[in-house]
This record gives sequence, structure tokens and C-alpha cells, in this order.
Amino acid sequence: MIKRSPAKRYGSLGAIALLTAYLVVASPNPALAMHISEGFLPLSWAVGWWLVFLPFLAWGLWALRQQIKQQPESTLLIALAGAYAFVLSSLKIPSVTGSCSHPMGIALGAVLFRPPLMAVLGTLVLLFQALLLAHGGLTTLGANGFSMAVVGPWLAWLTYWGVSRATAKPAIAMFGAALVSNLATYAVTSLQLALAFPDSLGGVATAFAKFAALFAVTQIPLAISEGLLTVLVWNWLTTYCTAELQTLKLLSGAESNE
Amino acid sequence: MNKKTVAFLLGGAILLSTLPLLLVKGDFEGADAKAQALVREVSPNYEPWVEPVFEPPSGEVESLLFALQAALGAGVMGFILGQYRERHRQKAASKSQQS
Repeated sequence: MIKRSPAKRYGSLGAIALLTAYLVVASPNPALAMHISEGFLPLSWAVGWWLVFLPFLAWGLWALRQQIKQQPESTLLIALAGAYAFVLSSLKIPSVTGSCSHPMGIALGAVLFRPPLMAVLGTLVLLFQALLLAHGGLTTLGANGFSMAVVGPWLAWLTYWGVSRATAKPAIAMFGAALVSNLATYAVTSLQLALAFPDSLGGVATAFAKFAALFAVTQIPLAISEGLLTVLVWNWLTTYCTAELQTLKLLSGAESNE
Repeated sequence: MNKKTVAFLLGGAILLSTLPLLLVKGDFEGADAKAQALVREVSPNYEPWVEPVFEPPSGEVESLLFALQAALGAGVMGFILGQYRERHRQKAASKSQQS
């Protein structure tokens, strides 16, 4: 063991312990949240969303192979992005509306590895929850995949680069990316439900307003939480993982030569 | 990494999830259970046409599986972050030895 300043060591250890404790304590809330439940999309819509989603999944698999082939050293980071999505989507967090929902953690990987690859990682998370937790479902996986593993990552990526160009502050851009991807996923889910179940009087628009109202308020505090946690992990990476971030062109050489 | 930033980020996230528990009265059921109810309300005749392949037999088993999901993810994250941190530390150590 090399001796280092104890304050620094215990500070970081404390942060790890706190994050882990928070993740573990917050998780075993039995209430279900978000994603369209099994059987809750009519057959035609379920098949339709699967058809829309499949090309993105294929693109993702291709992107994943390319990434591992071209930058084998980034494999560990891909696993980290996947694990982050895995943890965050298991957290049923109570919200201001008195109901629970969960964040997704999809923005981190979308910014690190570009959006196509996240279709694969997002699908893995959705599969786990659909098969073992009766949360979401196989017939609705196409629709859920499209909202969480396609629209979410793409908007996260666009937000990251937009904000990052405008403010030159990657941490704020990362916060925005997580926030936007989280809210967008729920907006798309509401739209998917509204299209399949239009209101008998007001049609799709009224139904969308109803579903969106159900999710939106619940989701805003969670989106902020997700933003904060994503920035935490992002700060960690920019401190300890500079070489990889440079390979991924997210840090310039000058910024990290500390 | 700045300790104040960490405290702010973690504190914010924890407050955002604990305050509703303290201040809001609700049953804290899942938002998708509510969505199912809303689907039934908008289209009373709709019958879900597939059942989940496997449904956890009880809330206990379900929370076990959720905890497992979180534990797996958190374990992998901790392992990888730990590796990067150690590598960073060794690099810094070898640099300071050279100079």
C-alpha cells in the first residue's frame, strides 16, 4: 500500500459507500413503475413497434462490434455504461405525485458511445425486467425499446452536444442529457399508449394529454435525480478515466493533463 | 473530484426522493399500474392479450429480484470504477517517482 492523505482516501471511500448504500436502500421498493406492461398494446401496435425497433437494434449490434473491434480498451467502459443503466432502472423512486417510477441511466452510455450502441444495452435491461420482474413485456419490448433505447439515447446525445457547445461545461451538458432523455422516454411512452388507445371523445391528443399528465409530474423530480447521479459518475470518469475519454474524443488532451 | 460537488449531487438526489415520502400522502404505487388503470378507463373493453412469461410469486420475491438487479449493476460499477481509480493512482505515483 502506498501512503496517501487519509482525508482524500476516506472521502472517496465514503462517496463510494454512500452511493452504494443509496442504490441498495432505494431499490427494494416493490411498486412497479413505467414501461408499457405485457399485453397492454394491441397486437398490431406491438408488431408495428417491433418492426420500427428492430433496425435500430441491428444497428446497435453492429455499432457494438465496431466499438469493441476498434477500441478494445473501451470494453470495460461499455460494461460500466450498461451496469449504470441496470442499476438506475432498478430504482423505484418515490415522487411528488405519491407514486413511484424509475430513472433509466441511458444518457451516460449514449454520450460515451453514441446513441446506436445504447439500443443493445437498453434492450438487455428491458429483457431482464420483462423476463424476471413482469415489468414491461416481450410483446411490448419493441415499443419500450423504441422509447427507452432509441429516442432516449438520441435526445441525450443531441442535448449533450448542444449544451456543451453553448456553455462549454460538459457536466451541465451531461445533466441536461440525462434530464431530457428521461423525460423524452416517458413522453414517447405516453404517445405510444395514446396512439393505441385514443380517447373516445378527444382522440389521440386527449389521450396523450391524459397519459402524459400521469407520467410527467411523477417523472420531473426523477429526471433531476437522474441528472445529478449521472453528473456524479461523469465527474468520476473525468477524474480517473481520462485516457479512455480522450480516445472517445470527449476530453481534449489539454484538459486532462493534470 | 471536489467533495462539495459530490455532497451536493448525492444530497440533491437523496432529498428529491425522500422529501416526497415525508411530505406527500400517497400509496406510492407504480406509475405503470396507474397507466394500466387509465387504459382500462379510456378503453373499457380492452383485454390484455398476453400474460407475462414469469411473474414473481410475491412482493418479497419481486423485491429480491430488484435488489439483485441493483446489486449486480452496483457491483460491476464499483469494480470498474475501482480499477480505473487504482490505475490513475499508480500512474500518479510513478510520475511523482520519476520527477
